[in-house]
Amino acid sequence: MSDAHLDEPDSTDSTDATDRTDGVADRIRDDLAGVDGYRVALYAAIVGMTVFFLTPIESGLVTAFKTNPGGISSTLPFAPPPPRFFTLEKWQTALAALGRGMVNSALYAVPATIISALLGSFAAYGLTQADWRARYKAPVLAMLVAGIFIPYQAVLVPLSQFWGAMPLAELLTPLWLLGVPQSYVGLVELTITHVAYGIPICMVLFRSYYRNVSEEMIEAARLDGATFRRVYRRIVFPISTPMFAVVLIYQFTQIWNDLLFALILVSTESSPAAPVVLILAGLGESMEGQDFALRMAGAFIAALPTLIVYIMFGEEFAEGVAT
Amino acid sequence: MRDFLSRTRSRLRRAVFGATGESDDTVVTDGGTAASEGGGVVDRLNDRFGEDFTESAPFWLPPFLLVGLFVYGAIAWNFVISLTDYEGFVGPDYSDLDFEMYVRAINDSAVIDATVNTFLLVVAFTAVALGVGMVLAILIDRNIRFENTFRTIYLLPMSLSFVVTAQFWLWMYNYNNGVVNIALGAFGIGPINWIGNSSLVLWAVVFALVWQFSGYTMVVYLAGLRAIPTEHYEAARVDGASTLKMYWRVIIPQLKGSTISAAIVLMVFALKAFDFLYSLVSGYRPPNGADILATKMVREAYSTNNWAYASAIAIILFLMALSIIGPYLYYEYKQGNL
Repeated sequence: MSDAHLDEPDSTDSTDATDRTDGVADRIRDDLAGVDGYRVALYAAIVGMTVFFLTPIESGLVTAFKTNPGGISSTLPFAPPPPRFFTLEKWQTALAALGRGMVNSALYAVPATIISALLGSFAAYGLTQADWRARYKAPVLAMLVAGIFIPYQAVLVPLSQFWGAMPLAELLTPLWLLGVPQSYVGLVELTITHVAYGIPICMVLFRSYYRNVSEEMIEAARLDGATFRRVYRRIVFPISTPMFAVVLIYQFTQIWNDLLFALILVSTESSPAAPVVLILAGLGESMEGQDFALRMAGAFIAALPTLIVYIMFGEEFAEGVAT
Repeated sequence: MRDFLSRTRSRLRRAVFGATGESDDTVVTDGGTAASEGGGVVDRLNDRFGEDFTESAPFWLPPFLLVGLFVYGAIAWNFVISLTDYEGFVGPDYSDLDFEMYVRAINDSAVIDATVNTFLLVVAFTAVALGVGMVLAILIDRNIRFENTFRTIYLLPMSLSFVVTAQFWLWMYNYNNGVVNIALGAFGIGPINWIGNSSLVLWAVVFALVWQFSGYTMVVYLAGLRAIPTEHYEAARVDGASTLKMYWRVIIPQLKGSTISAAIVLMVFALKAFDFLYSLVSGYRPPNGADILATKMVREAYSTNNWAYASAIAIILFLMALSIIGPYLYYEYKQGNL
């Protein structure tokens, strides 16, 4: 490995788009040309980082299949379980404990995600495409943007007071008459709370997108007499689909994963309305010590929805974050 | 289906707002419908703020009010509560307001420790995550194979909740069977009690958080790198700069914008590390040596019912956050982004 290699124009084109159109022969030639000290070091570093990022997940995954006690203390934490220590019992226990939590989490995470994305889109449209005076618009925008960065602790006590004083349970009486457990009022509170705190980030994501929307198209529609609302419905909303994907992924992850509001508004993991993170936080705890195999199995079950979303839509998400 | 929806919507709107709601299917400007409202409020608003303001208000005003109520209203209320003596189960008494709780917080060594830890956590985590993320972005940007796969792997931990990552790292740091101690044992070091040792636990937490979020930094830097014109790389090469020098002198300085936006988001994550610590110590127990203002506040409020004191600590935390947000918003404003 010498400086001569470093001087090769190996990254003059910073995208690899051209690579993909090359033929197989070209690719093999490129690969062979690339086998030198510099490329080896580069791939070693990349694989090394991959190991760093995957080890905790891998270790957790194999541990979840081991017997406890026994398997997890007599095998290496990253080694797969040998047959005599292999068990599916922890997954069954975890699923039994977390199952209702998964349903509860979905009951508020899905509506809260959709509503906050929609409201964020509305706000972003109203604040980008309308040309009202900057000195009025800047404070509104600043307050919405700052909303992303508020530590939730700064609102917890008033939030408890607010939901304590709200007669939400009485307003929802028909639900309880239908047999829904009364503690599900916590899920309605969680939905509204997550919507309110999710709007700022959704607004910012949509705004960065709407600012790049072709102005001619909207102006033409306006000249044709379309109202502000009609432009949104017929033009802006339909072309927002890619950004909706990003915002929905992000919001769903945030809401599904959030512990603090669940802890404050539902409070006990034994509640029929307990979200999955709340149950997971207390899983595998006992006087005799921690059942790590059970905890790992639980962690995977709780993480499954967001993991699937990321693995399937990671590309779109990465592009969306970058804008 | 769509017809049904729009009909239901206009019927709902009529029920809620009376007959003044503008129908979706008639193309009229707001001025026309506003006149029917009688009072001419919209006309006056039009005069004052411009037609665009009144037209766009239905879009941004409801979300803005919701945020205003839940975020800013709540913070104001929180501040008032912090001036009371609210404790236990009886509601706050708003007739006797003073700064007593703040005096108490300043003299509370646990709060001071938590403030120092919050500061250390935010600074160390942000700095290291930025560094690791930049290295990852540069590696990924060097025209490698399976770029998308590696990128997804690095970003994967970010999809996990703090509660889940806390479970993983509790296991990683386990004294007898954890990967960390077994790996160190191969070099003849340890085992070390990472979570139980009050002088190590904060750094163990920082390390775990870096693992979770440096993939995010990578994505931001990668976008920054790809926005730099190729000519800059070529020019550096023509000047005979080595790869290392090229990055240090030419490329990294151009990533200032990416650094700022990534740093802001990382700091926010750091301030939210409550979830992680709560799961790490399983509940409201103080994480000895890693107590931050967020955990201290929640404990004071929900474990011991010191509501007013918790509110005062929350305001201190909010002011710390504000010292980050304020300059950032000013920067964005100067850049013309607000």
